[in-house]
Amino acid sequence: MANERMLMKGNEALAEAAVRAGCKCYFGYPITPQTEIAAYMSKRMPKCGGVFLQAESEIAAINMVYGAAATGVRAMTSSSSPGVSLKSEGISYAAGCDLPCVIVNVQRAGPGLGGIQPAQNDYYLATRAAGHGDFFLIVYAPSSVQEMADYVVKAFDMADKYRMPAMILTDGVLGQMMEPVVFSDPSDSTVNKDWAATGHKNERKHNIINSLYLQPEELEKSNIARYKKYDIVKAELPEAESYLTEDADIIVTGYGASARIVRSAVNAARAEGIKAGMIRPITLWPFPAEAYAKTVDTCKAYLCVELSMGQMIDDVKLATSCRRPVRFFGRTGGVIHTPAEILEQIRTIAKEELK
Amino acid sequence: MAIYQKPHALEDVSMHFCPGCTHGIVHRLVCEVIDEMGIEGDTIGICPVGCSVVSYDYFGCDMIEAAHGRAPAVATGVKRSRPDKFVFTYQGDGDLAAIGTCETVHAATRGENITIIFINNTIYGMTGGQMAPTTLPGQVTQTTPFGRDPKVAGYPVRICEMLSTLTGTAYAERVAVDSPAHINAAKKAIRKGFEVQKNEQGFSIIEVLSTCPTNWGMTPLESMERLRTEMIPYYPLGVYKDITAEK
Ligand SMILES: Cc1ncc(C[n+]2csc(CCOP(=O)(O)OP(=O)(O)O)c2C)c(N)n1
Ligand code: SF4
Repeated sequence: MANERMLMKGNEALAEAAVRAGCKCYFGYPITPQTEIAAYMSKRMPKCGGVFLQAESEIAAINMVYGAAATGVRAMTSSSSPGVSLKSEGISYAAGCDLPCVIVNVQRAGPGLGGIQPAQNDYYLATRAAGHGDFFLIVYAPSSVQEMADYVVKAFDMADKYRMPAMILTDGVLGQMMEPVVFSDPSDSTVNKDWAATGHKNERKHNIINSLYLQPEELEKSNIARYKKYDIVKAELPEAESYLTEDADIIVTGYGASARIVRSAVNAARAEGIKAGMIRPITLWPFPAEAYAKTVDTCKAYLCVELSMGQMIDDVKLATSCRRPVRFFGRTGGVIHTPAEILEQIRTIAKEELK
Repeated sequence: MAIYQKPHALEDVSMHFCPGCTHGIVHRLVCEVIDEMGIEGDTIGICPVGCSVVSYDYFGCDMIEAAHGRAPAVATGVKRSRPDKFVFTYQGDGDLAAIGTCETVHAATRGENITIIFINNTIYGMTGGQMAPTTLPGQVTQTTPFGRDPKVAGYPVRICEMLSTLTGTAYAERVAVDSPAHINAAKKAIRKGFEVQKNEQGFSIIEVLSTCPTNWGMTPLESMERLRTEMIPYYPLGVYKDITAEK
């Protein structure tokens, strides 16, 4: 099934693409709405010499990923919001050891046990506080089944390239949705990992995978070095889609599932003569601030649309240096906004801000 | 002829363990076994959070530092991705039998082909002597200042007994390092654990009754005496499971 078009669920497309990207180990724990990934991997991995293991908890799963990644293989785990909270300890350790690995969060509504319906309430968790300590993850936010496949490959590649964990931040809408997908040719997963714990064969000094530094100066040095790397990532990686933004008076912004609805609303607004446009961040960290900054001189107002009480809006305000009003429209708890609701918000802004 | 040498698998660095602490003895035994089996280049060790947290500097094989209690899960990831390597964890009783109980039990029941060296010193050493899951009834610690009262703090966990009920456990033995005879037996048990792993027979655990003179508030000699008179009666030495002996 080389490069033919297939109809697949987002979760399954992501899983298949991960295998093709050279993912050798998958460790997971059941939770709605991401269980299709584990189910798919349980069938697929044994057929291609890979490892599928259902762990006893999300904590165990991320630590298995940590162990596998420490030996230099491509490893992945997936979960949904409550499970990702549990993974945060392991994610911090992986970041502290500069281990490349991929974590998928098919978000559902919270806090607490919340609900099983889609949400985008883990933006802060993914981009700000994926665990204790000073660190970041590369965070990709796909917006179609095709992108679920494309960006998991990219997540593996970039994780290896920059030696850091990467996250796919998606949601129940994209995970469950069926769309056509074409898989690209496998990427080069044979990166040189001479730092890995593979057994030294008495040919080199022992490798140590570790995030402990008992000397404060040493730990500070390591943190500063990691942030220098982050500077490079911030310069090289930001990705966003800008849609009808050049002449836009109002720019609506959202990622993942929200962006799909925003696009319809923007089209509807244009049909009414309102000059609306859309910016869709694809990398949430590093945040594609430049895409926004470019529009600040011409755009009159922004509307941030999220399936949350408002998290990404902080980054939008920073990216626009608060030079224009940034309004917010969110639904939560698993409720999803309709294009009509967003259109109504655009109309209101047009009335109030475009005089 | 040298009759006593530093094992090759033990790095030539000074250890940070307190005087009289038995962590050092157990490190040496593990390294002697690794040397004798000639597997240093094919071994990956996982150290815990506890007094042996920086053991990655002491063991000469490739090493990974795990989060508190997670070493068996980390070892699982290592072994599954590199099944041809020897994989061992070295964990204290707080690490293995409190915060990491879940990871320990499930690695055992999966029959994960790894070897665990489990240091039972009835106390949290590194954090300054708090109650461990293995703390004996009546034992005074920083967090049981009037002695461990089972009515409040429950009873000590007997890990070898517990894990030996699991089908996936291939080998479980409790040893001690208080006398030359016991130290020899301990080394044999560690060797056995690695052999079980070599033969792909499943999960092996060697529980080592150890001392913590610093937090017990005893001299090293008094500590050895306590190990003999108080610990061994509660934690009997012996082989609790050995599938290689079953016919
Ligand atoms: C998540 C987490 N909780 C608590 C600690 C603090 N801590 C460090 S070592 C330790 C206890 C270790 O005791 P034990 O496993 O018995 O090993 P020993 O020090 O006695 O060798 C604790 C609680 C930590 N590092 N991480
Ligand atoms: S605190 Fe106890 S266990 Fe830790 S090194 Fe000192 S004597 Fe050993």
